[in-house]
Amino acid sequence: MLSIKNLHASIGDKEILKGINLEVKAGEVHAIMGPNGAGKSTLSSIIAGNENYEVTDGEIFLENEDISELAPEERAHKGVFLSFQYPVEIPGVSVTNFIKTAINEKRKANGQDEMPANEMLKLIREKSELLEMDRKFLSRSLNEGFSGGEKKRNEIFQMAMLEPKIAILDETDSGLDIDALRIVANGVNKLKNSNNAVLVITHYQRLLDYIVPDFVHVLMDGKIVKSGTKELALELEERGYDWIKEELV
Amino acid sequence: MELKEKLLSSFMAFEESIDVQSELHDVRTAAIKNFENKGFPTKKDEAWKYTSLNAILKKDFSVFPKNEVTIEFKDVKKYFLHEIDTYKVVFIDGVFSSHLSSTTHDGIDVCLMSSALTKPKYKMVIDTYFNQIASKDESLTSLNTAFANEGAYINIPKSKVADKPIEIMYFSTGSEAALLVQPRNLVIVGENSHVQIIERHQCLNENAVLTNSVTEIFAQKRAIVDYYKIQNDELEANLIDNTYVSQKQESHVSVHTFSFGGNLTRNNLNFYHFGERLTSTLNGITIIGDKQHVDHYTLVHHAQPNCESFQDYKGIFSDRSTGVFNGKVYVEKEAQKTNAFQKSNNILLSDKATINAKPQLEIFADDVKCSHGCTVGQLDETALFYMQQRGIPKKEAKALLMYAFSNAVIESIKIPELKKRITAIIANKLGVKLGFDL
Repeated sequence: MLSIKNLHASIGDKEILKGINLEVKAGEVHAIMGPNGAGKSTLSSIIAGNENYEVTDGEIFLENEDISELAPEERAHKGVFLSFQYPVEIPGVSVTNFIKTAINEKRKANGQDEMPANEMLKLIREKSELLEMDRKFLSRSLNEGFSGGEKKRNEIFQMAMLEPKIAILDETDSGLDIDALRIVANGVNKLKNSNNAVLVITHYQRLLDYIVPDFVHVLMDGKIVKSGTKELALELEERGYDWIKEELV
Repeated sequence: MELKEKLLSSFMAFEESIDVQSELHDVRTAAIKNFENKGFPTKKDEAWKYTSLNAILKKDFSVFPKNEVTIEFKDVKKYFLHEIDTYKVVFIDGVFSSHLSSTTHDGIDVCLMSSALTKPKYKMVIDTYFNQIASKDESLTSLNTAFANEGAYINIPKSKVADKPIEIMYFSTGSEAALLVQPRNLVIVGENSHVQIIERHQCLNENAVLTNSVTEIFAQKRAIVDYYKIQNDELEANLIDNTYVSQKQESHVSVHTFSFGGNLTRNNLNFYHFGERLTSTLNGITIIGDKQHVDHYTLVHHAQPNCESFQDYKGIFSDRSTGVFNGKVYVEKEAQKTNAFQKSNNILLSDKATINAKPQLEIFADDVKCSHGCTVGQLDETALFYMQQRGIPKKEAKALLMYAFSNAVIESIKIPELKKRITAIIANKLGVKLGFDL
């Protein structure tokens, strides 16, 4: 599904990613953990096509197609979704209108007609119920005055609407209370199937109790230094990251 | 002949066409004298530091149009509101067009300045209000006063709500290579009365026009006035709008200025307070490009206790366009418990675009809340990336962001159809077709 090969990236003169290799197959959930400043958010941002970073080497493939040179919206149209750690507020544009625009842009890019209004409404109703969202919420301006939990729920709602092939959840658990965490995780789990994949970027193990990963990778200083199964996450939770550093030495 | 000389000699010709025995004649004579002494403002005047009229004044403007032109309604329909009925006071090259207009004397007066200035039954009102709040010192206002002859006259008596909005429309047809027009509007809104007014100046071709307009607005006790100025004109159109607002106690006057086009636009917007517990609102959205220039020069003169003023101006500047925001708030010693807020937020979309923002607060009272904030920035890259990540192409994402940026002002438009129209103009300006009505 997603294949990253020898990815190097920098911002200005500073090299942040120093050769990332990652294979995520359809139906899998991968978690990337690591200390602050390891490059986790940079990696997710680069997969989604953020042009503020310069990719100096390596490639990113989505279903065997090289997407390294594509604009963020083109990657989105092909099925890349990034749930932002800090979703952006857009006053005057409602949640409904925003998602309608997003869906129809994707359909347009894929040569489809706009989604009929009744179909759109049905889909919105279905997916907002999945995320236990209040109907009133949908007519509010996007993310404006939303609580941390509401913002994250709205991210997963958009993910549910857009049905991506690869969903990257960047610190989706930050700022969530336990109920919101459960709702968000439940949403992700219901959307997961054998034709898509999820990449969870997280600092803490907590979220992984709810979204159980098939593989866990440790990102340190721009490289994946250790990979394992979900037990690795528990070990990291207990022992921190220092022992890995020592192992590397 | 320089424009100033031409105007001075035109004034003599103009006098021959009017009643020189009336008291108005004295007002006009004093005004032309003031203009003669001061001349057109130059960049040496502090108030005109960032706006130069030089290039414009070199054009050979006709002061009185030679031909009367008629326009068919279908050709200009798009400039009016359609979904709701409105009163219309329409002028073509400065001359009243009765067949495009829809005036009234039924309970309220929505008619012509030329009638009000000459008919005896309006004499008392004219003596009381005409040129009472407009500056007698400012040279361009004086120039307008000297030639004041035609424009909209609106008088809403006590305890009346104007049953529909009033559209004041000035078309210029380009029948002259360059035309100077000087409309003069007078708006009187009685105690407890309410009116909504839309004013627009619109060129219908590419010939140059210079509009030097003066509007006096008098809001009596508890009156509510919502005034909207739409400036979305052609690239050869120049507008100097001088608006003077006089407010009595507990009145609410809001003036929205939408500056989307024209070559040079200068908005002199002045509020004077003559009562307590009143509210003044000055909102604006400016979206320009090319070499366009828009200058907002505002004054709120707080002279009474417990009054509030709110100013919120949003500007988006691309290409080589330039913007000016000069916001002056003056709080007299007597004006305790004043709340005066001023915001000017600007986005520069190109390295060559400029904004000069200058807040001026002069406060002589000690128990007041006054604030001002000017920001100048670029579009938020993170927000753009966020929208692109959801599949919205960069151009549309930019447009949505700019819309969001000006949203607070759009939301404050109280006529729903106008809100839609302004949104559509903005979308058009930004070159996008959004899949929904914003």
